[in-house]
This record gives sequence, C-alpha cells and structure tokens, in this order.
Amino acid sequence: MSIDFGLIFARMPEILAAFWVTVWIWIVSNVLAVFLGFGVATLRRYGPLWLDLLLRLLVEIIRGTPFLVQLFLLYFGGPFIGLSLDPIPAGLLGMTVYSTAYYSEIFRAGYNAIPVGHIEAAECVGLTRGQIIRRILVPEMTMLVLPQCVNMAILMMKETAILSIITVPELTLVVGAIGSQQYAFVEAMLLLALFYWFLVELSGFLGRIAEARLSKFRFAHS
Amino acid sequence: MSMRLFELMLWAAGKTVLLSAVSIMIGFAIGLMVCAAKLSPNKLLSIPGRLYVSLFRGVPLLVQLLLIYNLLPALGIMVPSVVAAIAGLSLCTAAYQAENLRGGFQSVPRGLLEAADMVGMSPWKQLTRIRAPIAFRLTLPALVNEAILILKASSLVSVVGVIELTRMAQNLSASSFRPLLFYSVAGGIYLVICWTIAGGGSLAERMLKTEGRA
Repeated sequence: MSIDFGLIFARMPEILAAFWVTVWIWIVSNVLAVFLGFGVATLRRYGPLWLDLLLRLLVEIIRGTPFLVQLFLLYFGGPFIGLSLDPIPAGLLGMTVYSTAYYSEIFRAGYNAIPVGHIEAAECVGLTRGQIIRRILVPEMTMLVLPQCVNMAILMMKETAILSIITVPELTLVVGAIGSQQYAFVEAMLLLALFYWFLVELSGFLGRIAEARLSKFRFAHS
Repeated sequence: MSMRLFELMLWAAGKTVLLSAVSIMIGFAIGLMVCAAKLSPNKLLSIPGRLYVSLFRGVPLLVQLLLIYNLLPALGIMVPSVVAAIAGLSLCTAAYQAENLRGGFQSVPRGLLEAADMVGMSPWKQLTRIRAPIAFRLTLPALVNEAILILKASSLVSVVGVIELTRMAQNLSASSFRPLLFYSVAGGIYLVICWTIAGGGSLAERMLKTEGRA
C-alpha cells in the first residue's frame, strides 16, 4: 500500500468549502442550542409541573435515542408529515434539537448548584424573580456551566460528521467522496481524522483559555 | 407493522446489544491498560497513553469506523465488517473509559493507602484490596453512562454494513416506504434499552453503596 496525500490536496478548494459548512452548522446549532437549552431549563424550573414533566420526557427521549436515528426520522420520515427539508436545514435542525436537550441538562444542574442563600438574600432585599434570574442566577451559572458547555460544544463538533450520512456536504462527506473518486479513500480518512483531531484540540485549548480568563468572576463556595 | 417485521427488529436489537456489550468489555480491558500507561511515572508509557486518549477522543467515531474498515484491507488484513465495527467501538470507548478510570484511581483517599503501608500491605495487595475496589465503585456511574453512549454510538456501525437495529430499520423502511414507522420503532427500542441500563446502573450503585466508607 502506498500513501499519496497529493491526490487529496489537489482538491483543497472543495475541502475548504466543506470545512466552512461544518464550522457554520456547528456554530449556529450550538449557539441556538445554548439559548434554547437555557430556556428549557428555566421553563422546567419556573413553569407549571405539567410543562416540567413534558419537557423532561422530551429531553429523555432525545438523550436516549441515537442521533443518527433522529436524523433519519427527520430527513426520511419528515416528508410523510409535510416536513420536507433539504439536507442542510435538516442537519441544522437535527443538531439544534439534539444539543438543546443536552445543554438544558447542563443548565438544570447549573441552576441546582447555585447556593440557596444567594437567592434568599436577593429575595430579602426585594429583587423580583426576573431580576434574580438576570442579576444572580445567570451570572453565577455562566461560570459554573462554562466548562461543561465547552465540553459539549466539542462533542457536538464530532457529531457533525454524522450529518454526512444524510448527505449534508460537510467535511466527512466531501473528503470521503474525493477519496473515492481519487482511489485514495484511506488517505482521505487519515487526513480527515487529523483534521478533526486538530479542530478538537484547538477548541479545547481555546475553551481552557476562556475558563482561565473568566475564573476571576467565580464566586466563593460557602 | 406485522409481527414478523417486529420480530426482525427485535432480532436486530439483540445484535445491537451484543455489539455494544462486547465493545464495552473489550474497551474496558484496553482502557485499564491505557489508564495504567497514563498514570505510569515512566514517560515512555505515559506519553503514548496520553496520545491514545487524545487521538481517540478527538476524532469522530464515524471517521474512526470508516478508517478502520478501509485501512485493514489496504494493509492486507481481511476481516468481516462486524470485527471492524467491534474494533472501532472498542478502541474508541477505551479512551473514554481510561479517563474515567484515571479519575477513579486518583480519587482513592491517600489516607487509606498510608494506612495500608503502615500495616505492611504489599503494593499488589493494596491494588487488589483497596485501590481497585474503591476506584471501580467510584467509576461505576461513569461506566454506566459510557455503556449508554456506546449503545447509541453503535448505530453508526450501520454505515460499514453491519446489520443492527438502525440498519434493519433502514432496510425495512426502504422496502416498505414507511420510514416514520420503522425509525420510530427503532428509536423506541433504543429508549427502552437505555432506560434499562440506566435503571440497572442505579440499582447496582445502591447495592454497592456502603455508608461511612469512601
């Protein structure tokens, strides 16, 4: 077996375009999911009991089934209930729903980890519920959940590879296709693995810098 | 859906469980070795250990599976796709399990080991009587979690042609034009298995719990 990466590098413009698809789907779905996940956690905490139970069931269903099956259901089953989506919107929607479930659990744990005393103190000085959420819970929670959110975002970066199965033109699909066309599939996959490895290590590194920068805002645990 | 088709789905679910269980067990064995290498004071062992964990946790499982599935024949090793699938799942979960185990071993209270030294226990005895049992109990929740993750990740081996639950749902929905039905049933079966593992895990945790001890 001979290894020749030149065959793959010759197609660099296509690979860069695919890289861009991977990155924007990753960023958009994760940003959406962070806000939606926070919303779900907040509704579960302050909403009526039936809403809490309903959301909990949904979160458990999403976390208990494979991402691939969810994508198949959305992409191949969707048209039967009038939801015909192209691969990219389907992938984006699937990623967002899947990550929202996980982020909501991170935020739920974050809410629970805030010392009750802080909330009681805020109530004593007459802050409204909205003020308590905005001024006390959100800032304190941001610090608490940041490491888990970084971790989650990195896991989601790797999940984007699965979108190739429903033909989203992202890195794995495009590099795999180039590899097949050039009869250099193993080289293509090796390159792909290195690429993702680099991306994941880079995100982890940036995440650690962000945590170090923000750690000065961390409150002391009582 | 006829009974016959549902039986096919259940048979495929059995295969999914088998694949995942075998991979978790092989992965546990590899993970123990990687963990030992990583914790070793010898740099010739700890650096490859660190590299292993970083590499297998840094590359998407799908890419690992495609790579293993295509690399082995290119190197002249002909194996059935099931073997490639189990190899991929095991190697990947080993990296995660090694990290969990490392956390467990590092959380064993120092005082217990000092006490063991005082009463003259040999390092081997300390390992088998104190460090391993405590580390195992501490990592059990993470192990259960990993089992659930691998069960879900095993759906990816459908792309290298192994017939398991996801692949079966794919085949049946392609031949019947009823993807909603078959993918929902597949999802439901995954859910039941996941909840069973989670329930069994918390039962085991409660049984292993001994109050007052580490």
